Amino acid sequence: MAIGVKVMKRPEKDVSYLRATLKGMALTFSHLFRPKVTMQYPEEKSSKDWTLSSRWRGTHRMLTDEQGRAKCVACGLCPQICPANCIKLVPGEDEDGHRYPLIYEIDEFRCVFCGYCQEVCPEEAIHVGVHYENSEYSRDRFVYDLERLCAQTHPVSTLWDPSDPRGE
Amino acid sequence: MSFFVVVSLLKVVVVFFGMLSLVAGLTFAERRICAWMQDRLGPNRVGPQGILQPAADGLKNFLKEETSPALADTPLFTLAPLIAFVPALLTFAVIPFAAPLPTRWGLIPMVVADLPVGFLYILAIGSLGVYGIVLAGWASNNKYALLGGLRASAQMISYEIALGLSAVAVLLLAGNVTLSQVIAQQQLGAWFVVPLTVAFVIFLISAFAETNRLPFDLPEAEGELIAGYHTEYSAMKFSMFYIAEYSNMVTASALMATLFFGGWDIPLTTWDEGAPSVLKTLATLAAFGAKTFVFLFTFIWVRWTLPRFRYDQLMALGWKVLLPLALLYITIIAGAVWFTRVQLGWAYGPGMAWTLGGLNLVLLVLVVGWLDRGRIVSGSGTVREEAA
Repeated sequence: MAIGVKVMKRPEKDVSYLRATLKGMALTFSHLFRPKVTMQYPEEKSSKDWTLSSRWRGTHRMLTDEQGRAKCVACGLCPQICPANCIKLVPGEDEDGHRYPLIYEIDEFRCVFCGYCQEVCPEEAIHVGVHYENSEYSRDRFVYDLERLCAQTHPVSTLWDPSDPRGE
Repeated sequence: MSFFVVVSLLKVVVVFFGMLSLVAGLTFAERRICAWMQDRLGPNRVGPQGILQPAADGLKNFLKEETSPALADTPLFTLAPLIAFVPALLTFAVIPFAAPLPTRWGLIPMVVADLPVGFLYILAIGSLGVYGIVLAGWASNNKYALLGGLRASAQMISYEIALGLSAVAVLLLAGNVTLSQVIAQQQLGAWFVVPLTVAFVIFLISAFAETNRLPFDLPEAEGELIAGYHTEYSAMKFSMFYIAEYSNMVTASALMATLFFGGWDIPLTTWDEGAPSVLKTLATLAAFGAKTFVFLFTFIWVRWTLPRFRYDQLMALGWKVLLPLALLYITIIAGAVWFTRVQLGWAYGPGMAWTLGGLNLVLLVLVVGWLDRGRIVSGSGTVREEAA
């Protein structure tokens, strides 16, 4: 025996290695016929045991009003709070004095998906989404502009509510 | 003469490709079965139910980059996969896989070469395979590979003794080393698993060690040695080791079916021993295939159930248990064969088979009772429980 090998104190009597082996074999054999837990991803995206949480914070979505315009009023709170500094906002103002974003871009590569932008938004315009399929062929496609943010259709995150920590 | 040559060549080609496709199917079966045992689905994307997965794997291995370590012994490094690959495919040559096929030109025995030295040939060629593994380990110039190679040589040599000795009991009873004769003998009485149960158990355990399958896959023990002897191999060279491992499994399974389970004999009927016909050839081929598949499944089943042995446990099992057991067993069985054959004048038949079977049952109970005390397999570190 090599030096430094820990010797386990095992009982010598009443131990059947053969029975343990056969028991193991029976167990693995019975598992052959049990229902499988694999979720076949592109075809199945959720099962009865697993769905994406409604609090999931994925890529953003900008909500729009009845006329299809972004709800954003370019108040500047979201770029202010953003810890990753991934939101670029240039405000503009129309002849009636309504503010709107001239440029609104989110760099999804810089984003840390903290959801502060959604929390801080007074107009409930910008949201993080319950969405995770974001693959693209080039890096610059990950800077989402306003048009693209408005075009997203996936559900938005409900975020965590401190007064209802368990989501009930 | 030319008929013999043509037929032999044909059989070589058929068996070679049959073996390779069986190996391919086996790699797939292993992945699916292990997945099911773990409540997963396994590869099911390439082709219907993933049946083309081995083809995709094979193609991948053809196209992958071949790496060659800078300080490797290049000639040996290249040669080693071949040395492992060729004997693994050669050994199947002497195993009869069906009843003889009648044709217009004569009877064709369904075995590539019905060598008179049958079983000895398997032992001889089978033991060459270890050279491939040791040379791979040595030529890689890698510590892990070398350790794997060393382990392989020690393990395969140790267990080959037990394997050979347990088969000696079969040869004693059959009175012949030609495998077709061994099968013919079993058709007279019961299959040799009845009169030689203990030999079968020893053979089964040794076969696991000989094919480097879990629980004896110490040569590649990925937890300790990365991948053991084939750590440095990639692409087709790696594939060759893979194919060699699986064809060894096929040969070991076929050998167990032949030596202990009547080969291509169909149980409970003597129909298959009558005049040869095409139908009989096909039916016996199916019987042989079924028996082989049972063992192949057992190989896979055991692999995904049992954990790996520790190295000293492996050596202790080989040298301190199986070798003395096999020697003792040969002595007993030789005595029993001598007594029944010479003193009582029996020929091999059901009576002799079941008498020896009774003796084996007693021996098996004794052996298992002795082994199963936990002393041997728990290794040298067992501490006696203090009396409370």
